[in-house]
Amino acid sequence: MPRSARGRLSARTGALVLLALCLVGFVAPLVAPADPLTTALHDRLRPPDASHLLGHDALGRDVLSRLLYGARVSFIVGVATLAISLVVGVTLGAAAGWAGGWLDEALVRLIDVFLAFPGLLLAIALAAVLGPSLANVVLALSLLGWPGYARLARAEVASLRRQEFVHAASALGARPLRIVVTHILPLALPTLLVQATFGMAGAIVAEASLSFLGLGVAPPTPSWGSMIAEGRTFLLVAPHVTLFPGLALAATVLALQLLGDGLRDALDVREGDGQRR
Amino acid sequence: MLGAATIVFALLRAVPGDPVEIMLGESASPADVAALRRDLGLDGPPAAQYLAFLTRVARGDLGVSITYRAPVATVIASRYGATLELAGAAALVAVGFALPLGLLAASRPRSLADRLARLVSLLGACLPSFWLGPLLILVFSIELGWLPVSGRAGLDSVVLPALTLGLGMAGILVRLTRTTMLAALREDWIRTARAKGTPEWRVFALHALRNALPPVVTVAGLQAGGLLAGAIITETIFAWPGLGRLVVQAIDARDYPLVQGCVLAIAFTYLLMNTAADLLHRVLDPRLRDAS
Repeated sequence: MPRSARGRLSARTGALVLLALCLVGFVAPLVAPADPLTTALHDRLRPPDASHLLGHDALGRDVLSRLLYGARVSFIVGVATLAISLVVGVTLGAAAGWAGGWLDEALVRLIDVFLAFPGLLLAIALAAVLGPSLANVVLALSLLGWPGYARLARAEVASLRRQEFVHAASALGARPLRIVVTHILPLALPTLLVQATFGMAGAIVAEASLSFLGLGVAPPTPSWGSMIAEGRTFLLVAPHVTLFPGLALAATVLALQLLGDGLRDALDVREGDGQRR
Repeated sequence: MLGAATIVFALLRAVPGDPVEIMLGESASPADVAALRRDLGLDGPPAAQYLAFLTRVARGDLGVSITYRAPVATVIASRYGATLELAGAAALVAVGFALPLGLLAASRPRSLADRLARLVSLLGACLPSFWLGPLLILVFSIELGWLPVSGRAGLDSVVLPALTLGLGMAGILVRLTRTTMLAALREDWIRTARAKGTPEWRVFALHALRNALPPVVTVAGLQAGGLLAGAIITETIFAWPGLGRLVVQAIDARDYPLVQGCVLAIAFTYLLMNTAADLLHRVLDPRLRDAS
């Protein structure tokens, strides 16, 4: 199969799985078989059966319902983090790339400082001082996410602004904002799109990681990360409590990964440095 | 490093709420509050605080831990080795596993090895460590009884944490090794070498690998630094007495000086690893060596 066709297939598979999961999160209140917060201590840790397909957790809550509601948290965090870091990153990056000079210099420095923290460290530190809540998780992860997009947007704008079509547009009287938005950014879109797909996967895993550490969404709100953390204590007697949220998380990330890989192949974005060939 | 220290400084001060009040509770006497505030370097104007903070960090003075009642630097030093051991073992697992697999995959595209490499890179990307870890414990410690469940005692206790932590890195490295090798094998000089009648293993090992290796080494270095952050979760799972577990405990105990110290220690180590990876890249790639 040619590269672009294979790309389209895997992008389609990824998008389909993702859409299904997203839908599930949306309609959770309608399809969940039970309330995700109702405890039933006599049912605690009961394994899956016909009426409760994925069993009960340590407080006797229905695992399937919690899983469905947990999908909401994952997607809200994923989408919100993506939106904020994309808007902030692209705006700052494009402005710096266009302006050049000290503004550009300052932004590059700032990006480097943020990238000086490995992985989740900054988000963990921030979530720790802010306290556990959905908004704080999104804030912490956006702080982590924007430098990547800013760097990409800066590189694209800085390299394209000297092209002839940009000179042409500006000779015709188009103002810089218009040139960047209508002429340059569309060309950077494929690269940003691929990056955004992986970024969303990263945000969803990061949310789960924070929740696993007790720094994410405050209990009793179900999140896949906190479900895994709660189930871990009872791994020996009730592996199902840990197993299913992990599978859900892995499936979501896998779908995003497929989508990103597929988009990269289909849109012909080169791996690594984010430049298109 | 200055930038990283600045962010850590800003982070702990920009938060709503007064850490002193949180630590002592609302019923604390004003004298106690003032004393703790002074100990934490939270008195005086922000600019003076910042300067005092920087000079103390530069001297290696990270303050006194509230829960351990000992200098933060001492507490961190006692845990540092464990984290380095874990990260080192994980990096070893990742490189030892990913490099041969990536090379094998590149030498025979679409073969079984190639498929395996693809699988590893996908699994590495999508299996969260806090799920993989418990699963490994369930299989190897509880069902099979081969390896200890948690803690740090002897060589066998590092196996599962290192596997858990290393898989993510292995996934990235497999993929990178494969693509850079394939790219190198498409170059003109490879065709020239083959046309000259160079044996295939020499083409592969000397001509292609020599060119594909530098980026792989650089990324491996960056990833190895990233393992320090991943260790926070892995150490929590396996009760591994390292920096990561320390920072989580410090957060739970609201021990702000210790949190600050741990974050700084991890960030500085990461920066050092990055610099080392950069230098190694220069050594391996003569083009960069001459340019500098």
